[in-house]
Amino acid sequence: MSDRMPRASGYFRTDYAQEIALTKTRLERVSLVVFIALLIAFPFVASAFYLDLATQVFLAAIGSLSLMLLTGFAGQVSLGHAGLLAAGAFTAGILAKELNAPIFVTLPCAAAAGALLGIVFGLPSLRLRGLYLAVSTLALHFVVVYLGGEYETKRGFSTGITIDAPVVAGLRLYGGKVWYFILLAFAAISLLICANLLRSRSGRAWRAIRAHETVAAALGIHVAAYKLLAFVISSAMAAVAGALFAYYRGFVSVEAFSLFLSIQYVAMIIIGGMGSLLGALLGAAFVTLLPYLIEAVMQRLPNAQTYADVLFAVNYAAFGVVMIGFLIFEPQGLSGIWRRIQGYFLLWPFKQKPITGGRK
Amino acid sequence: MYETVLQLAVNIVVLSAIYALIACGYVLIYRVSRVLNLAHGELMMLGAYLLVATASSFSGNPILAIAAAVVLSLVVGVLVYALLMRKMTGEMALAAVLATVALGILLRGLMVLIWSAQQRYPGQDLGLTNMALALPGGARISIFAALLVLATALIYGGLFAFLRFGNWGIRMRAAGQNPLLAAQRGINLHAIYALAWGLSTLTGSIAGMLIALDSGLTNSMVIVGLKAFPAALVGGLDSLLGALVGALIIASAEVLSIQYIDPLLSDVVPFLVLIAMLIVRPWGLFGTREELDRV
Repeated sequence: MSDRMPRASGYFRTDYAQEIALTKTRLERVSLVVFIALLIAFPFVASAFYLDLATQVFLAAIGSLSLMLLTGFAGQVSLGHAGLLAAGAFTAGILAKELNAPIFVTLPCAAAAGALLGIVFGLPSLRLRGLYLAVSTLALHFVVVYLGGEYETKRGFSTGITIDAPVVAGLRLYGGKVWYFILLAFAAISLLICANLLRSRSGRAWRAIRAHETVAAALGIHVAAYKLLAFVISSAMAAVAGALFAYYRGFVSVEAFSLFLSIQYVAMIIIGGMGSLLGALLGAAFVTLLPYLIEAVMQRLPNAQTYADVLFAVNYAAFGVVMIGFLIFEPQGLSGIWRRIQGYFLLWPFKQKPITGGRK
Repeated sequence: MYETVLQLAVNIVVLSAIYALIACGYVLIYRVSRVLNLAHGELMMLGAYLLVATASSFSGNPILAIAAAVVLSLVVGVLVYALLMRKMTGEMALAAVLATVALGILLRGLMVLIWSAQQRYPGQDLGLTNMALALPGGARISIFAALLVLATALIYGGLFAFLRFGNWGIRMRAAGQNPLLAAQRGINLHAIYALAWGLSTLTGSIAGMLIALDSGLTNSMVIVGLKAFPAALVGGLDSLLGALVGALIIASAEVLSIQYIDPLLSDVVPFLVLIAMLIVRPWGLFGTREELDRV
């Protein structure tokens, strides 16, 4: 079928299946295969440091994809993403520590805990429009962090819970390369889940809600149910990301889940570009790598030692500046820039898209 | 027993005054421009740091230092609108809120870079001593806490009068009710929004300065600013009276749970009350439901 597609530029779709296909052109398929091959080859050439960076990007990608689903597509702001990650991490950590539960039990439990929190804290946003989810998720963050801290102090793990490397089918999951592939797989699955949700009924419903709630309701979309669904799915994914984070680090502590982490996730979807899964991935990579970039630059500066204490403050300020810059000058984010570059080559030598309807 | 109860009551009054003074900043901006200002905690802390800065230049003259810091904070608020939030008018409410989040994290970084993260005592820099006053009945209150209660009362009185009778206050209410019609009647929306940001930062900064004078200035002040947000919401985000009542509720819940349940609860209780309120009556005690529906 694809071989018979016209060679000329432009999109020629003849049925609905083509419209919702995951990959639309041969070039897309080829570049996807090349990209996957590169990702698989990466750990065999990269040093441990870069391997850890890539793994962190995958972890962040799972979280940012889930937040993109909620904020970028369903239009509900969440400021408690760190709280959901913490909930997943603590669920997994406590189950592993107290009951010696294996990873294939803790991960679903973490997802269930996330989904449950999603229902409880998503309920207020159903009654009114607007930014109520932002408010209740902020509360969620404080509640989860408090409960986690209580558990740590009451059980005597004042510095945090250590988790042993999980065992699956007799194999201990340990080492950078193993976790690289595990998290790559999870990130890929998350991406597929999001892409599939978005090209189906639920995705269309979320986009409609984001555009205009009243109109969405008039189109027969159950606004409350779909909002809650978006938040539940997003929370469950975030909780799984938190649980994986706990296993990857082998350690859970409330300090890791500050409000700044939530803001970093918000930064990912702003920088990546609202309403784009590619944006979620690009944003996750950008936000994860930016602190390392800043550190590398600061070490080059004269008397680098004096700046070491204020590195976190430089990070804060840099995130603020970058977020504001994208919000004001490039609201479409990195994915918008990418789309513009694509458009440039697609339309070359012309600059503007032809007026639609001019030629059928 | 009687003394404990009295002391608790005093603590509740002081904490409600703090929350009320901060919460009115959230209310002012939300009521006028429907923007949730999540950088309010940071702006309030910036106000306190401005006092640290002016304290070092006017160390002999506390009144002048405080006055200079207050004026500067007004300027900061107007600048925040002019340089950042103005670009967000007309965008989706989401973008404006995210911009305030970004502003907050930027300010937090800048404040550490400029003033370092260590604890500051602007009161000592100004040569002011913070004495405890004995109230009849055996309860005690520090001078600056008493000043804070007084300042809250004065500022609320002033704001009520301003919004009710002042020309600009009436314009602010008009802009909040219907920006399009207000603009068509010749009200300069940008000036109104800038004024709201200025006033909000001003009141928040006064709270920040008095807290810093009372108990020193650390990075945890941002959390105090965030905890005042439930107060604004419980009372109703578009109602000044609501902010006052909400602050009283949040402060009582916090003080009582610290006293009788667990001191660690202090950071969570305001948010638990917030969640309860969101489930029962999301538009708050005194908020208007129709207006919120339009967001």
